[in-house]
Amino acid sequence: MNQINQSGWKPGTPVPADRGEEYPTVTGNKALMLEERLIFELGRTDTCGVDLPEPDPAAPNRLGKFARQQATGLPGLSEPETVRHYTRLSRQNYAIDLGLFPLGSCTMKHNPRLNEKVARMPGFADVHPLQPVDTVRGALGVINELAHWLIELTGMHGVAMTPKAGAHGELCGMLCIRAALEARGDARKVVLVPESAHGTNPATAAFAGYEVEDIPAAPDGRVDLAAMKARLGPDVAAVMITNPNTCGLFESEMKAISDAVHAAGGFVYCDGANFNAIMGRVRPGDLGIDAMHINLHKTFSTPHGGGGPGSGPVVLSEALCPYGPLPFTAKMPDGSIQLVEEENAAEHGHTETFGRMAAFHGQMGMFTRALTYILSHGADGLRQASGDAVLNANYLLRSLDDVFDAPFGDSGPCMHEALFSDHGFAEGMSTLDVAKGLIDEGFHPMTMYFPLVVHGAMLVEPTETESKAVLDQFIVAMRSLGERAKAGDEALKTAPHHAPRARLDEAQAARKPVLTYYTEV
Amino acid sequence: MRYLPLTDTDRAAMLDVIGAPSVDALFADVPSDLYLDGPIEGLPLAAGEMAVEKHMRGLSKQNLAAADAAFFCGAGAYRHHVPATVDHIIQRGEFLTAYTPYQPEIAQGTLQMLFEFQTQVARLYGCEIANASMYDGSTACWEAIVMAARLTKRNRIFITDGVHPHYVSVAQTMAKFTPGDVDYAYPVARAEVGEDAICASIDEETSCVVVQYPDIMGRIPDLQQIADAAHEKGALLIVVNTEPVALGALEAPGNLGADIVVGEGQSIGVGLQFGGPYLGLFAITNRKHVRQMPGRLCGETVDADGKRGFVLTLSTREQHIRREKATSNICTNSGLCALAFSVHMTLLGEKGLTALAAENHRLACQAADRLAQVPGVTVMNDAFFNEFTIMVDTDARQLVRDLAKQDILAGVSLGRLYPDGDGRENGLVIAVTETNTEEDFEILASALQEALS
Repeated sequence: MNQINQSGWKPGTPVPADRGEEYPTVTGNKALMLEERLIFELGRTDTCGVDLPEPDPAAPNRLGKFARQQATGLPGLSEPETVRHYTRLSRQNYAIDLGLFPLGSCTMKHNPRLNEKVARMPGFADVHPLQPVDTVRGALGVINELAHWLIELTGMHGVAMTPKAGAHGELCGMLCIRAALEARGDARKVVLVPESAHGTNPATAAFAGYEVEDIPAAPDGRVDLAAMKARLGPDVAAVMITNPNTCGLFESEMKAISDAVHAAGGFVYCDGANFNAIMGRVRPGDLGIDAMHINLHKTFSTPHGGGGPGSGPVVLSEALCPYGPLPFTAKMPDGSIQLVEEENAAEHGHTETFGRMAAFHGQMGMFTRALTYILSHGADGLRQASGDAVLNANYLLRSLDDVFDAPFGDSGPCMHEALFSDHGFAEGMSTLDVAKGLIDEGFHPMTMYFPLVVHGAMLVEPTETESKAVLDQFIVAMRSLGERAKAGDEALKTAPHHAPRARLDEAQAARKPVLTYYTEV
Repeated sequence: MRYLPLTDTDRAAMLDVIGAPSVDALFADVPSDLYLDGPIEGLPLAAGEMAVEKHMRGLSKQNLAAADAAFFCGAGAYRHHVPATVDHIIQRGEFLTAYTPYQPEIAQGTLQMLFEFQTQVARLYGCEIANASMYDGSTACWEAIVMAARLTKRNRIFITDGVHPHYVSVAQTMAKFTPGDVDYAYPVARAEVGEDAICASIDEETSCVVVQYPDIMGRIPDLQQIADAAHEKGALLIVVNTEPVALGALEAPGNLGADIVVGEGQSIGVGLQFGGPYLGLFAITNRKHVRQMPGRLCGETVDADGKRGFVLTLSTREQHIRREKATSNICTNSGLCALAFSVHMTLLGEKGLTALAAENHRLACQAADRLAQVPGVTVMNDAFFNEFTIMVDTDARQLVRDLAKQDILAGVSLGRLYPDGDGRENGLVIAVTETNTEEDFEILASALQEALS
């Protein structure tokens, strides 16, 4: 631990006092830390950063009586002002490109720039979704090639490529299950969801028309198999399981869970948010799973972009494939992978489809990036990636579990994320304080207060694209924060002290919502 | 592998700290009979940048890019010039590689951008409040229908025939699994929208009337007339817009009686990308409905020092708090596409948007006039913005395929979108934007003339 100063950062060196208070500026700026006004305060409706012909009032007009009468009030900026505005804003963001982003269950790994370059090739970026099929053979080729990888990596039978994000994929999987049950005249009403599940799971089940019931966790952090078995019956449509689960553990009884659910006539949905831990190590199809979404923006490195776009293809078992949405990609009897759309659904026997989930073909721009990522890694690299992700998480777990309580530290190795609780903190100190302290130390905080089954949960997912040197810096920072939380260091209560903003008043934002900038238009 | 920083020395040192003999040993909880002890067979192994780029370029070249054709496709996705600044900004790592702004102190860049984006969308749509984006136009449309059902507690969903058929298809899919019946019929290829008939079909059971503006065939419905009829029966008017540039020339739906305005934002800043990722826009005219809205909302507040700042807010509507009682299951949205939209809209401003819309309309009028001179071609629309439907005396679907062989992407045939009938098989929807030239119109007109003679 004494060789971590490779970057010049010296832990233990006293932090110099913030001299901002001592030397105020008239602008509010602090050298490179620049305040930036809103475009509504900077822009003017008669300014434009694009050169366009001046409209001719005498030009022919076929708008009928619907021509715009009321001004939009949209402010414009010239190009240099626009570049500066957004560049200044960008500098108020933390990002993977800046440092470790250990958000549990979010898999914030490096986003390779080759992916971006490929996505911008004109044959991918500048193609219309409704061009004649003969002019987009390469685009369909990307979809088929990616589908092939996803099917092989998961050991499943087919894949619905259109879902737009993880939660949309969950919905797709649950609708397949519901369609399959209805096809056999089986109107089951209940979906079982572990308490540790992501919030999207119960929300999705409800959106698909199901009643949601919790199933408890066993003391070791895994699904309570006995409790789940006891609840199974003719009214249970499906169980939604996350594996590896959100406590960072592999559900070692997964096959037994699947067998029990199948024996009771239900289906198994797996939340694939944590697929990064097991990619190339074990195949969900071998665990008896019927449907699982894959977050291309987690496991396969497509950028999160400050909250999207995502992409959530859903792999399906043979039993669910006939119900998959259009367009759909499946393995044909001759082993080829075929894209099935409205016009050839009957030809390929895909007539029981539950319909369309979104316009066009899904997140093509994410498919090109994900396929580029996959081809770069190859089958060997993907297996190495999951191994390193799990290694990094276990290294953090064992380097921190003497300072932080690791509630499931005795439940075996963790998968790609390590879970800690606030047990042992001084009275009044919280997980939030540690998270905000991490901001001052130059790290993005971990996932806080999730999963709900652990008090003051801190879920740390380093991913495989972090070096040991970075992890060692993080460990030093975390150990220091852990000690301060235990000692009741009051300074932590007001952290962050060095970020562009201090803690924000979220209560005021919700009580009196200001969601739009108001000016006289 | 170039993306993996750990060396074997690192791995050994870390395993030592963990107290495990090998990386494989960390997977001890995976049943040993199911554990894969090597790379999956039959799949390629790791490849360098040059090899991967070459492979992907090969696939890319099998597609006919719009720039290499005389291009007239629209029907929900439009080709506009995207200023170089847009792509530069969205590739800044601080935007590209950030997460959803859950830690507002170090995400003010994304949050302020979203607040600006929400305001831009609200002003474009003539609405009070817009959210921070949805997946795309089609899913935003369904979310609006669900929101209307929550507000009216009624079950009849009336989707008018001019709505994009993929959007209808998404609604029909979702309606199979939720309370509510979709009332929809395929359109007839004719110039009239048929507002009187629409108004007459609204009844006391109707939760919402969904109207596209301009519609799939480029027609412009009289929103105010439909809004008045809907409101008289206690139903809500949902307006769908798939071409935001149109609102630089047409009155905003929010100023014409719409209750919820949703749409596809792709035209501004995002690019075609074979259909995704795109950008769902969602806005409302009545502030009181805000707590029934789906999706993320960014709001203004202050920090502990009293400085203005922004946070995600009203999250008690959302899945991570409300779980099965949430207004929607949506989590990830289209943040980066929202940034692209916002940057492009900032470059345009009102002046640029108005000029861009005027240029689109001018060129579309010119194209319609030129095509009308081709024997066998009739321009169907009376009113339109930058997209109109022509009728030809042959199967338009086959015609499009034939013209594609001459590098002319002539538009989207109604036969691609609908089953045959009611004259649709002869309909071709043609979109014209500022990227088109008079030369394009001549190429299309002479090719049509040859094909139809």
